[in-house]
Amino acid sequence: MIARLRMAAAALLLSAGACSYQHYQSTFSDAAVEARQFNILFVIFLVVCAVMYALVITFLIAGIARRRRSQANVMEEGRHHESDPLMGTGLIGWGALVATGLVGLAIASFFTDRSMASAAARPKLLVTVTAKQWWWDVRYEAGDKSKTFHTANEIHLPVGVPAQIVLQSDDVIHSFWVPSLAGKQDLIPGRVNDISITPTRVGIYRGQCAEYCGAEHAKMALTVDVDSYGDFLNWWRHQLQSAPPPATPLATAGYNFVTSRNCSACHAIAGTPANGTVGPDLTHLASRRSIAAGAMPMSEGNLYGWVADPQSIKPGNHMPTIGMEPDQLHAVIAYLKTLK
Amino acid sequence: MNEPPEIREQDERLAKECKKIVRDGPKLTGPRLEARLDRAWRRPPGIIGWLATVDHKEIGRRYIITALLFLAAGGFLALLMRLQLARPDSNLISPQRYNELFTMHGSTMMFLFAVPVMEGVAVFIIPLMLGTRSTAFPRLNAFSYFMYLFGGLMLWIAFVLNIGPDIGWFAYTPLSGPQFSPGKRADVWAQMITFTEVAALAAAVVLVCTILKTRAPGMTLARMPLFAWAMLVVAVMIIFSMPAVALCSGMLISDRLVGTNFYNAYEHGDALLWQHLFWFFGHPEVYIIFLPATGFVSVMVETFCRRPVFAYPVVVLALISTGILAFGLWVHHMFATGLPRVGYSFYTSASMTVAIPTGLQIFCWLATMWDGRPRFQVPMLYVVGFIVTFVIGGLTGVIIASVPLDLQLHDTYFIVAHFHYVLIGGAVFPLLGILTYWYPKITGRMMSETLGKIGFWMLFLGFQLAFFPMHFSGLLGMPRRVYTYPAGLGLELPNLLSSIGAFVVAAAVVIFVVNGIVSLYRGIPAPANPWGAASLEWATMSPPPAYNFAHIPVVESRTPLWDNVADLPVVTGLRVDEKETLLTTVVAAAPDVREPVPAASLWPFVTACAVGIFFVTSIFSPWAIVFGTIPSAIAAAAWFWPKELKRHPEPVIT
Amino acid sequence: MIPAPRFTDSVADLPTHKFGPSSLTWWGILGFMIIEGTFFALAFAAYFFLMGHEQGWPPEGRQPPNLLWGTLFLIIMLLSEIPNSMIKKAAHERDVPAIRRLMPVIIGAGAVLLIIRGFEFNNLNCRWTDDAYSSIVWAILFLHTTHILTDWGDTIVLWALMMTDVGWEGRRLVDTDENCLYWRYVWLLWIPVYLLVYWVPRL
Ligand code: HEA
Ligand code: HEA
Ligand code: HEC
Ligand code: CUA
Ligand SMILES: [Cu+2]
Repeated sequence: MIARLRMAAAALLLSAGACSYQHYQSTFSDAAVEARQFNILFVIFLVVCAVMYALVITFLIAGIARRRRSQANVMEEGRHHESDPLMGTGLIGWGALVATGLVGLAIASFFTDRSMASAAARPKLLVTVTAKQWWWDVRYEAGDKSKTFHTANEIHLPVGVPAQIVLQSDDVIHSFWVPSLAGKQDLIPGRVNDISITPTRVGIYRGQCAEYCGAEHAKMALTVDVDSYGDFLNWWRHQLQSAPPPATPLATAGYNFVTSRNCSACHAIAGTPANGTVGPDLTHLASRRSIAAGAMPMSEGNLYGWVADPQSIKPGNHMPTIGMEPDQLHAVIAYLKTLK
Repeated sequence: MNEPPEIREQDERLAKECKKIVRDGPKLTGPRLEARLDRAWRRPPGIIGWLATVDHKEIGRRYIITALLFLAAGGFLALLMRLQLARPDSNLISPQRYNELFTMHGSTMMFLFAVPVMEGVAVFIIPLMLGTRSTAFPRLNAFSYFMYLFGGLMLWIAFVLNIGPDIGWFAYTPLSGPQFSPGKRADVWAQMITFTEVAALAAAVVLVCTILKTRAPGMTLARMPLFAWAMLVVAVMIIFSMPAVALCSGMLISDRLVGTNFYNAYEHGDALLWQHLFWFFGHPEVYIIFLPATGFVSVMVETFCRRPVFAYPVVVLALISTGILAFGLWVHHMFATGLPRVGYSFYTSASMTVAIPTGLQIFCWLATMWDGRPRFQVPMLYVVGFIVTFVIGGLTGVIIASVPLDLQLHDTYFIVAHFHYVLIGGAVFPLLGILTYWYPKITGRMMSETLGKIGFWMLFLGFQLAFFPMHFSGLLGMPRRVYTYPAGLGLELPNLLSSIGAFVVAAAVVIFVVNGIVSLYRGIPAPANPWGAASLEWATMSPPPAYNFAHIPVVESRTPLWDNVADLPVVTGLRVDEKETLLTTVVAAAPDVREPVPAASLWPFVTACAVGIFFVTSIFSPWAIVFGTIPSAIAAAAWFWPKELKRHPEPVIT
Repeated sequence: MIPAPRFTDSVADLPTHKFGPSSLTWWGILGFMIIEGTFFALAFAAYFFLMGHEQGWPPEGRQPPNLLWGTLFLIIMLLSEIPNSMIKKAAHERDVPAIRRLMPVIIGAGAVLLIIRGFEFNNLNCRWTDDAYSSIVWAILFLHTTHILTDWGDTIVLWALMMTDVGWEGRRLVDTDENCLYWRYVWLLWIPVYLLVYWVPRL
């Protein structure tokens, strides 16, 4: 409702074209408790500010319109040290109005903050996100070590379940931001932050790193899948599994390449000797929606492109271009495709 | 007394001689006086004289022109950014280059344009407004300009040599630290800060002393022009805030060059230490840019509404309280860093309270218009443009002061929209207005009114086109500092509009510049007081002579030229054979001391060169500290050493 | 049109120098003192900020700085106020010979202090590269050293000037007065620095 109000206002102010798309990275989409609270508060602020602005502009126009009157308190009439008594009262009234407005806004802000804090009080799901230049390592933890797994650049959350996302950084400062769901929070080396999200609508939401973090800050995105509880559980169980052994000769060649050459120094694939931590975990790579933190959608062609020459797709990123013969490349891709 | 008799005798003889010295007064006035004053005050000719001058008008002019060149340069980079952002997934500019662009744009605009241009205008006009002949410490003033110039040149030369910084204008650690910014880019940025902060601090001390001590007799604090009040507050703010950025950039340089660990989280350091120190400076910085602009607005509103600004004491108190409050708000740039939640409401209310003094100032200007009879010449158009635009920016400022809202809006284009509304709407509009207004005083000619109006409307409309859509890009999820954005998020249209608007803005700036250059040769010659204004800068020729005023005026009201139409009271008795000016007391402005004014000198320039070489070389070797300080110290000592060591009846010294 | 002058009082009999707030340089020096004071205050704030995150201070495995040299420095600093006050008084009394005699004492004290400072650095029990604690301690002490060093240089230049004929000029006496004021500031600042560097880690 509120969101629709704002949408209407937005559409009025800007031509409708900008807004007629699917809001999957927008503060307008209202897909979680936190985002909704933002929207309500934003409308309150917008209304108060609009009123104040209207008053200022009215006064300005009135002042300009008045200049044609016969007498004025001006130098030419020798009355420049006088002023309209109305203005004295006006000043006091205006001061009081501004102060009241601000107090009102501060109180509204306070209550929003309160209700956000209480929504965050009892998280049911814990996800740890570690930001790296320029991708997100995601860890789902459980008391039982064998129930812990890594993925990257993609988070799944069950709808209606309050989740707490623990935020850390391995290198510089990044910021975790999924506008459709909640505000942002920085990931700072040496510190642990967290953010709470209680999604209210199933969907796919795009998020993006919001703190400048170096060359590829622009291409440090992530997706959040808000699933029904059943879908989430399926996904979660699937993620717990190790990678299947390669089935075809080509995939086996790829497997051998990946595990014996430099790839494994940086990437981990559960169930194989590859256990690097420099790059994203690849165990279920092919089940993800995008490659390299949202740089490209996941597809066989894009995977080819990425592995063959990551530097031209995301210049400056920390995966070097690895010289490969075409048949090696085919093999590697064939194997990666099996990592569902 | 402990002085030997022969010294006393000598002194008494000198004092007697001194009585015979020629002084201004009823017997020596008009052209004869002017010729003599001119001889005493004119700087030596030629390139040496150009480098050695201590005339505040020349220095102020240089400051303004240099700053405007940096505006053009920074604006040019903005156009490149807008070209890149006009289309989604664009490949015009590489990520590395784009990161350099916004860093250079932000740093240039904030450190090399906005703050220095305000100082430059003040250095030019404040002594004229206050009815005196020179700034305090004119050599320090000259030094300040050269430091600023060298800092700016260093940054831009580095950029051209492809070692320009790429860390954003606030250079957060650890991204700017030794581990993640190898090479010299971050050092160049940090050293540019050192240059500009030395320059700004020197200028601030000059301005404070000028405003407190050199006002014309009778110009009590309560009669001081509002612009002087604004600059006093700003100069004091510079004094308290610049040390913070000096400290944090010094610590960054030492982390990078000599291996300290201030910001290294793995050695007990803390990355957030940088943010606290930087914003302790950075937030006051934005008011350091904004408050002089409010002073400009007060000046223009007064002249064009034909009456003094309504509720002068309220405006003064608003300036002072904004200055004080500004030091309590820095955390509002750090809401997303995970501050303790209990403090949120406090930070929010603290940030919002600045809206009160600003709101009151807005009211006072509007009330002045209501009371008076505004004339819409170009400067006044800029005032109206300012109010319409700035208030939007101020209100978005209130929106982002709320923690829950800022957590969404922080680091998005909504913020970019906010700060361009307040920086351009709140500072650049009044600046262009006041440059039009003071142009006749600076150059002796009027700017073209027609071109001025065209330029204003293009700027105003182009500005809204460029920056209003940014609120939407922000709300639609566009973070700032991204070199590109994907198609399909709804960001195409707002970005395209912004890019078009940016070019309209640039065209308007070009028109302004063309107007400025053409009017220099073709403009109508300006009389002393072309706008019929009330303050003292209009009580002398346009452009003013080297000595500013033939006689030091006496002030009897807040609007001297409106209240003393027939004649202006003046004091007499200053020397005319040497540069001399009058010091008055701080509050009441009673004549106090006759102050000799230092002659032109090359030493400030030489010192600036020595210090500059020291700063630049220290990027490359810590040994610069040893071999750089010695020449700097020698130059500084030479600066303070009197020209001749003979005793002098009324010694002229620095 | 430039308004015609209406002549009022003459300022011809005003002096060209006065002590204290009437002097322009007094305000300039005040400005620079505030700048430096802010610098130190922020450095202290940074120190406490870093300290606030730690369990132990100094961080485990480190000894606080040895007290001897810092305390000696403090004593000499405080003692140097005696000749300093005498110079200030002499300046007000126009007693140039006394100034000429006493300034070398201050300069000598400055030299001794700088030598002691060397020992202090050696007795901090850490190197600036060790950790953030060491960095900030070194930084604060380094700041104070530049502070001493610049004022020491200043004093030497001024002394050289006072030895010339120009020393008798009123404005030079004002300079001397203000230099003494500055020296006072230098030692006043040392007290919190001393407490911070030497005693806070012992709390
Ligand atoms: C000229 C410069 C200038 C000025 C004057 C301001 C003025 C204000 N700014 Fe702005 N600000 C910047 C320049 C400026 N700012 C810059 C450059 C940044 C970004 C830095 C960066 O990250 O790169 C920034 C960022 C910034 C942030 C951080 C955003 C973020 O990064 O997440 C915040 C948050 O609180 C903020 C708040 C404010 C407020 C409350 C004011 C107030 O002073 C505004 C007061 C004025 C008004 C409110 C309008 C007039 C008043 C009325 C009409 C009265 C009625 C009003 C009500 C009752 C609501 N600013
Ligand atoms: C006073 C300060 C100021 C001013 C005036 C401007 C002016 C402009 N700014 Fe800037 N801006 C900042 C301060 C300022 N900016 C800051 C602090 C940042 C943050 C940086 C950071 O994130 O680190 C920023 C960031 C910023 C961004 C965000 C970049 C990003 O996050 O990725 C953008 C994007 O559109 C932008 C655009 C513009 C535009 C289009 C103008 C236009 O108004 C420019 C108009 C054009 C001109 C003024 C040039 C005209 C002249 C010529 C073309 C040459 C002719 C010359 C002669 C003949 C002499 N600015
Ligand atoms: C030096 C370390 C390094 C090596 C060697 C390396 N990678 Fe990477 N890889 C990375 C990093 C870092 C990223 C993340 C890049 C980014 O998104 O910024 C990455 C990303 C990827 C991705 C995308 C992952 C995702 O979650 O979207 C794939 C697929 C990939 N690498 C495959 C390979 C293959 C196959 C090899 C060997 C031929 C290889 N990598 C070798 C570091 C490396
Ligand atoms: Cu990570 Cu920006
Ligand atoms: Cu701020």
